[in-house]
Amino acid sequence: MSSNNPKQSIHDSTAPSTDTRDSRIGEGPDDRFNSKLREAFGSSPFILTKFDKFMNWVRGNSMFMLQFGIACCSIEMIHTYAIKHDIDRYGAGVPRASPRQADVMIVPGTIVSKFGPRMKRVYDQMPEPKFVVGMGSCTISGGPFQEGYNVVKGAEEIIPIDIHVPGCPPRPEALIYGVLKLQERIQNGESSPVVVKPYELEQFGDLERDELVQKLADDIDEDDLVMRYNWADSP
Amino acid sequence: MSTGLERQRQPPVEVTEEELAAVIGDRALARDDHLNAPGFVVRPDDVQDVLSDLKEQAGFDHLSCLTAQQYEDRYESIYHLKKYADPTQEVSVVVPTSIDDPVSQSAEPVFRTADWHEREAFDLVGIDYEGHPDPRRILLPETWQGHPLSLDYDQEKPQIVTLTEHANPIQPDHHKDESDTMFLNVGPHHPATHGVLHVKTVLDGETIVDVDPDIGYLHRCEEQMCQQGTYRHQIMPYPDRWDYVSAGLLNEWAYARTAEDLADIEVPEYAQIIRTMSAELCRIASHMLALGTFCLDVYGDFTAIFQYAFRDREVVQDILEDLTGQRLMFNYFRLGGVAWDLPEPRDEFIEKTRDFLDELPAKVDEYNDLVTSNEIFQVRTIDTGILEPEVAKDYGCTGPVARGSGIDYDLRRDDPYGYYDELDWDVITMDGCDNYSRVLVRMQEVEESAKIIEQCLDLLEDWPEDEREIQANVPRTLKPDADTEIYRAVEGAKGELGIYIRSDGTDKPARFKIRSPCFHNLSALEEMVQDEYIPDLIASLGSLDIVLGEVDR
Ligand code: SF4
Repeated sequence: MSSNNPKQSIHDSTAPSTDTRDSRIGEGPDDRFNSKLREAFGSSPFILTKFDKFMNWVRGNSMFMLQFGIACCSIEMIHTYAIKHDIDRYGAGVPRASPRQADVMIVPGTIVSKFGPRMKRVYDQMPEPKFVVGMGSCTISGGPFQEGYNVVKGAEEIIPIDIHVPGCPPRPEALIYGVLKLQERIQNGESSPVVVKPYELEQFGDLERDELVQKLADDIDEDDLVMRYNWADSP
Repeated sequence: MSTGLERQRQPPVEVTEEELAAVIGDRALARDDHLNAPGFVVRPDDVQDVLSDLKEQAGFDHLSCLTAQQYEDRYESIYHLKKYADPTQEVSVVVPTSIDDPVSQSAEPVFRTADWHEREAFDLVGIDYEGHPDPRRILLPETWQGHPLSLDYDQEKPQIVTLTEHANPIQPDHHKDESDTMFLNVGPHHPATHGVLHVKTVLDGETIVDVDPDIGYLHRCEEQMCQQGTYRHQIMPYPDRWDYVSAGLLNEWAYARTAEDLADIEVPEYAQIIRTMSAELCRIASHMLALGTFCLDVYGDFTAIFQYAFRDREVVQDILEDLTGQRLMFNYFRLGGVAWDLPEPRDEFIEKTRDFLDELPAKVDEYNDLVTSNEIFQVRTIDTGILEPEVAKDYGCTGPVARGSGIDYDLRRDDPYGYYDELDWDVITMDGCDNYSRVLVRMQEVEESAKIIEQCLDLLEDWPEDEREIQANVPRTLKPDADTEIYRAVEGAKGELGIYIRSDGTDKPARFKIRSPCFHNLSALEEMVQDEYIPDLIASLGSLDIVLGEVDR
C-alpha cells in the first residue's frame, strides 16, 4: 500500500454496502461481492509491500497456540483462553491439539527430567516458524522447585524461549501482555533471543563414554535418543 | 442418594488396643506408637500375614498410605491402616529392614493399592519388596541412578533419560499370539490427559485389552521440598501446588492439620470458620473445573459448558482473591489460624459471596439442562467405567470417586475437623459406580458446599467484633519433639489427602510423606476400562478427575 491513509472518498462513502444491499433486493447485475477493499484497488487488485513484511504481519495476527498443559500455570492459561480474559480477541485463541498445526507454544509449568525429552520432541514437531512463551517462574529457573533433584532449571535449558512471563502463576492479564509482546516481535520480524541450550537429544552411542554411560550400556541401545542431565553444571 | 440419615449410622465396634495386640500376637516385635495410632513393629516376612489378619479379623479394610523412609541404621516401611466405616480407627504396621539388604515382603496380595505404593517406595527410598508383581520405578525414569530420598543420594550426579519408552504406535504389537492388537500411546502431551500423563494402551480393534498409566512427568520433588522447609512458614506454599486446580486451601488444610496436631496447637474457633468457608469455595472451583474438562473430554465441548464452568470459576476465584490476595496459589492458612481476617469492607465481601451463592442454584439447573440430562452425555457415561465398591476399596479410592461407587466415606464427617461437625450438610453418595455417578456426585457436592458456606457466612457476620481471633499463639520457630510421628488426613477436593510427618527435633521435618488421593484413584483406572471401548477410556480418565501435580507430587 502506498499510503496508510485510505482515500477520503472511499472511506466516507457508504456506497458499497448500499450497493450490495440494493443488488440483493433489487434488479440489475449482482455485484454483492463488492467490498471497500476491492473498490480501493480499482481495476488492479495489487498491494505493493515487501513479502516478508506482509508475512510477518499475517503471522503476528493469526497465531495458533498449542494446547499444552503441564502444571499449575496451565490452569491460569485456560482462564486466559476462557470467558472474561478471552485471548481470542487478539487473534490467538484457538488452541490446536496437535503440534503440527501450531505455531506458538506456551510452556505453562515445571519441566522435570522425565518430561524434558518429550517437550523437546513436541517442540521439534511444530513447523517453522515457531515461537515459545515461557509462562511462570518454573520455566524461568525451576521456580519454587529449583532445588529439586528432578527439576530442570528453566525451560530454556531445552528449547529457545521468546518471551518470559514471570509469576507463580502469572495472572491471565500478564499472559495476555506476554502474548501481545510476542505478536509485536513477530510483526517486527524479530527472532528469538540467543539462549543457552545445554540439554539436547542425542543418540546414546554418541555420548562420551564415562562411568554413567558404561553402567547403562546394557540397558540402552546405541541409537536410542537420550537426554543427559548434568545437574552439577545447572545454574 | 443422600438421605441425611448417614449421620446416624452406627460406627463399627471399636477395636481396642488389647484386641489389636491379640490379633497380631507374638508377631509384634515391639510397639512404635504414632500420635495418631498404635504402631506395631513386625518382621519383614510377616507383612502379608499381619495385614490380612488385621483386614479380616479387625476390619481394617483401607490401606491409607505406605510411608518408606531411611534411618541411619535401618529402612522402615509404615503401613497406615484405617477403616472405611470409621477412619478414626487407625493402626500402623511398622516394618524395619536392614541397611545392607532392604528386602521386605510385598503387601500387594492383601491390598491391591500397595502395588503402586511399593513401587514408589522402591523408586524414591530404595526398599525392595519381595513378591511384588511389577517391581519397576514409577515416578522417575527407568534409567535413573540412585534413590533420591535415601540418605546418601548425591543430587549433583548426572542422569540420562531416554526417549524410547515411547514405543512406536504403528508397530504391530502382538499382545497375545492369536489376536492382532495395536499399541497406542495416549500422552504425555495429550489434551485429554489433563496435564502430562502417559497411558500405554493395548487395543484389540476398538476394545482395550490393557492399560498402564505411566506417571512421573510432573514429579516435582514435593516431598524433598517440604523436608527442606521449616514448619512455621516455608512449607505452607507448597501444598497449594499439589492439587493446583484451585484446591489450594484444602491442601493447605492437610498440612495445617497435621502440623497443628504434631505441635499441639489449638486453632481459634473464628479462624476455623473462615477456613471451612474458604476451603469449600475451593471445592466448588475445583469441581467446576472437573465438570468443564469432563465435558471437553466427552464431547469436545470447548464452547458452551467449558466456558460456563470457567465463568463460574472466575467468580469464585475473584472471591478468593479478595480474601487471600491470590487467584490460585493462596498461601492463606498459617499454623494456628489464617493469615488475615475477611477483607474490609466486610459487608461487601459477605454480600459478594452471598450473591454468588444465590445465583448458584440457577447455574446448577443450567448445568443439569446442558449436561446431565443431555442424551448424548448419558449415552457416553451411564454404565461406562464401572468401578465396583469392593474394587474401589481395594485400590484405596476416596473422594467423589469412592462416593460415586456408593462408599459412604467423607473425612469431613467421619473424622471431623474444622467446623464441619457444627454445620448442617450431607454427604453425597451414588450407587451407579459409573462415570455418570461420579459427575453427579461432584455436582451435588457443589450444592452441599454452598450450604456450608452460607452457614459459615451467617456465623461470620454475627461474630462479635472483639472476639475475631484469627491466629493462635504459635512460637516463632517450631521444633516438635524428636521422633514424633503422625499421619493425618483431610478431605481434599479429590479425596483423602494425608500427610505423614516424622520430626527429628529440628525445625524441619525429617520425613514428609504425602498421601495423594489422585494417585490411588488413577491406579484403579485399569479395572475401570478393561474390555471397554477406547472413548470410554477417555471418559473414565476424565471422570476420575485426576490432577497430575498431585499424582506425581
Ligand atoms: S510457576 Fe508456580 S504456578 Fe507456575 S507451574 Fe511453576 S509452581 Fe506452578
